[in-house]
Amino acid sequence: MPARKGKRTAGAPRRAAPRKAAVAVQPAARHRIQVTVNGRPYEAEVEARTLLVYFLRDMLGLTGTHVGCDTTSCGACTILLNGEPVKSCTMFAVQADGAEILTVEGLARDGELHPLQKAFWEEHGLQCGFCTPGMLMTAYAFLNENPRPSEEEIRVALSGNLCRCTGYMNIVKAVQRAAQEMAAR
Amino acid sequence: MATPEQPHVVLGHPVRRKEDIRFIQGRGRYLDDLVLPRMAYMALVRSPYAHARIRSIRTDAAKAIPGVLAVITGEDLEELGLAWMPTLAGDKQMVLAVGKVLFQYQEVAAVVAETRETAMDGVHAVEVDYEPLPVVVDPFKALEPDAPILREDREQKTNHIWHWEVGDREATEEALRRSDVVIREHIKFQRVHPAPLEPCGCIADFDRVTGRLTLYVTSQAPHAYRTLLALVAKLPEHMIRVISPDIGGGFGNKVAVYPGYVCAIVASIMLGRPVKWVETRTENLTSTSFARDYHMTVELGATRDGKVTALRVKTLADHGAFDASANPSRFPAGLFSICTGSYDFPVAFAEVDAAYTNKAPGGISYRCSFRVTEASYLIERAMDILADELGIDPAELRRRNFIPPEKFPYRSALGWTYDSGNYVAALDRALQLIGYEELRREQEERRRRGELMGIGISSYTEIVGAGPSHTFDIAGLKMFDSCELRVHPTGKILARFGTRHQGQGHETTYAQIVAHELGVSVEDVLVEEGDTDTAPYGLGTYASRSTPTAGAAAAMCARRIREKARKIAAHLLEAAEEDVVWEEGRFVVRGVPGKSVTFPQVAFAAYTNPPPGMEPGLEAVYYYDPPNLTFPFGTYVCVVDIDKGTGQVKVRRFVGVDDCGTVINPMIVEGQIHGGLTEGFAIAFMQEIAYDENGNCLSSNFTEYLIPTAVETPRWELDRTVTPSPHHPLGAKGVGESANVGSPAAFVNAVVDALSHLGVRHIDMPITPWKIWRILREHGITE
Repeated sequence: MPARKGKRTAGAPRRAAPRKAAVAVQPAARHRIQVTVNGRPYEAEVEARTLLVYFLRDMLGLTGTHVGCDTTSCGACTILLNGEPVKSCTMFAVQADGAEILTVEGLARDGELHPLQKAFWEEHGLQCGFCTPGMLMTAYAFLNENPRPSEEEIRVALSGNLCRCTGYMNIVKAVQRAAQEMAAR
Repeated sequence: MATPEQPHVVLGHPVRRKEDIRFIQGRGRYLDDLVLPRMAYMALVRSPYAHARIRSIRTDAAKAIPGVLAVITGEDLEELGLAWMPTLAGDKQMVLAVGKVLFQYQEVAAVVAETRETAMDGVHAVEVDYEPLPVVVDPFKALEPDAPILREDREQKTNHIWHWEVGDREATEEALRRSDVVIREHIKFQRVHPAPLEPCGCIADFDRVTGRLTLYVTSQAPHAYRTLLALVAKLPEHMIRVISPDIGGGFGNKVAVYPGYVCAIVASIMLGRPVKWVETRTENLTSTSFARDYHMTVELGATRDGKVTALRVKTLADHGAFDASANPSRFPAGLFSICTGSYDFPVAFAEVDAAYTNKAPGGISYRCSFRVTEASYLIERAMDILADELGIDPAELRRRNFIPPEKFPYRSALGWTYDSGNYVAALDRALQLIGYEELRREQEERRRRGELMGIGISSYTEIVGAGPSHTFDIAGLKMFDSCELRVHPTGKILARFGTRHQGQGHETTYAQIVAHELGVSVEDVLVEEGDTDTAPYGLGTYASRSTPTAGAAAAMCARRIREKARKIAAHLLEAAEEDVVWEEGRFVVRGVPGKSVTFPQVAFAAYTNPPPGMEPGLEAVYYYDPPNLTFPFGTYVCVVDIDKGTGQVKVRRFVGVDDCGTVINPMIVEGQIHGGLTEGFAIAFMQEIAYDENGNCLSSNFTEYLIPTAVETPRWELDRTVTPSPHHPLGAKGVGESANVGSPAAFVNAVVDALSHLGVRHIDMPITPWKIWRILREHGITE
């Protein structure tokens, strides 16, 4: 998969007057971090070894980001870190200090599904749903960078995300459909 | 939603999935998403050796870590009588090792702690002193007289587990002797793993006050778990509740009960706290149910003009350290006797012997109805070898041996009664779609130019939907399935089932069936599965059995509701009951145009205005005992090009024509086939759970056990024929596994076909570039 640089897109949706959320502090926690997740700022103390994915899932309760392989292979844990897709199972929470994070929970805005979410639904781009959040986040970052991709480009872009159910055909179709809809807007 | 305007024609429409709305927003609730108050975490100590005696286990250092709550060993479990548990195959399996370990990554101790990370700290602090023993990884060597006996717990001092045979041994031998031609080949179906993207896990929550155990678990068969737990752990069954939340793929991996579940239950009872255990990917690949590892020798006899006279199969099955397959009780080798496939063979004989080795336990059915993949691969490979031997086109050889459409219901030489089929129609359609004749001409030209191109055909037949109670049970439980319908006064419906989907789309397809039968819209039906407190008893989702059993139960249950509704309708219409008929989604009075009531009107009356003397309410339960299995079929055709320089195989085209009988939701059916073909492709070209001679697992994560990405995965071209099952209430047959069962042979046949002019007759999977490269070099072929 070629390295993608591109512009840093605003990863997190902006919302008016965000509130600070309190997070339970672990007794063994040693590092204080500040992150913005889906437009909402958080401050928390984490152990140095706490993985970003478990920070999101266990401490913030954002369980849409999944753990499938523990080795950066499957991409189920993909989130956007300052607009770039990152596999959060092999990154420490402390490394995300100061970052803006977007997770699958932040894709829909004001009760309206993102065109990618709609397209995955329309094109039957998911079955068990476990890889879906990671697929959506990778596709989201990709379409920001390449709004009119070819089928081949989509396949290459998604090659860091594994799906065991769909055989990818409908996922590729969904990304194409979302690209068309976003272009038409 | 893309629901058709007339609700009564909802069957057969690509209704968008009801379950997707939560998955696309990250609102699925998978096992690891659940958090209970005061929940502790468990992690397992596993063996680094494939075979070793345990001299001692020291747990003090682990117990001294702040936050570690308990360390459990096999000895602790022995005191509770839980060190061993029965497998579904009638064998027993160690929960935690007692005395010795029998495979690498075997469970040795459980550490429970306040957090995930502390539990892992505890695992690293447990000291186990092992004395390595000689290792057996090859099942053939396991059966040699001087092989070390692995299972010292058994009375039988041998690594041989069981022998099973079916068919007429003598008549087959005689027929082979009289055949003009006999082909014989060793065909190995390598050890593979279902590897669902979500690993297995559970939360055991024993409530000391109520005495009730709630087990949240990644289970494809929650009711069977409850009953087995009651029997094994001696807990009263009504005090156990099994909840199977959203499941991130199963493929057979989530049928068996794993040692980690038992440890979590024990830990929860000990601590009086909920205990969560979620395995890592490595634990999933190295210790939970694998599939296949079948070492088959096939012989096909035939006349010169290509009429098969006999089939004989001898197989050695490697089950690893414990026979933990999940087959119906009477079928230790599953439904392997479907190995006569789509063909009308006069006589056949198959035998299977099973052996223990120092490898992970299992032998389950991965996306396959009990060893059907092995059988289908075997016969479809063998037919190609025979075609090559006879110099007959493989499509033509199949055509000459197909069971003809007029012979159904057809009794096979190995005893199955096939419900329906039209094999030649599926073959013809697939050949036409791919342009077979033209491809054969192209292949000839390319061969002249020294290029390698192959065409592979697989005309598979499956046997699914287990199964009729006279023959099928798992651990004594008959393999029916069930549906409960509760019609609310406003006509909305709650539908509950004994199955548990893992991505198959039950929430939509079952709703379509109920909507179709009762003339309501799909949105009006809410489908629930996976909670044993609320769902009717059922055997679960695997073996492509959901539509054949629970789908049938849905239709029958709805018809039971409709029967009562008709009586209420007669009351509302002031007509004689026998004059009221169900037409186009409403009750009408025969011969009186315009006089009708809808189903919701009747439902309201069931609660507000029931006929005098009638029991109020509108609910029903239906337990469906299928009269026979169903036999989906189809033809796959694959075209490959081989790079002579690298040995890389490129799947140029792949056409699939499937026949699963009546289609309930074509979008979901296609999705199932896409997924199955992709898994078949992976097995054919890249996957194997491999071991070195010391029993080290060489496929312990996704960098070693490869899952195809969007880049390698071919584009699938699909079509279908429709031959309904005569005994299913809707004519449906099941489709979840067809493509995984039927496709490996198509891929391998294509590759062998590309090399057949060199004298290559068979190549075992996975067909890696390295394997092909070596074959090409052996034949002096270079770029």
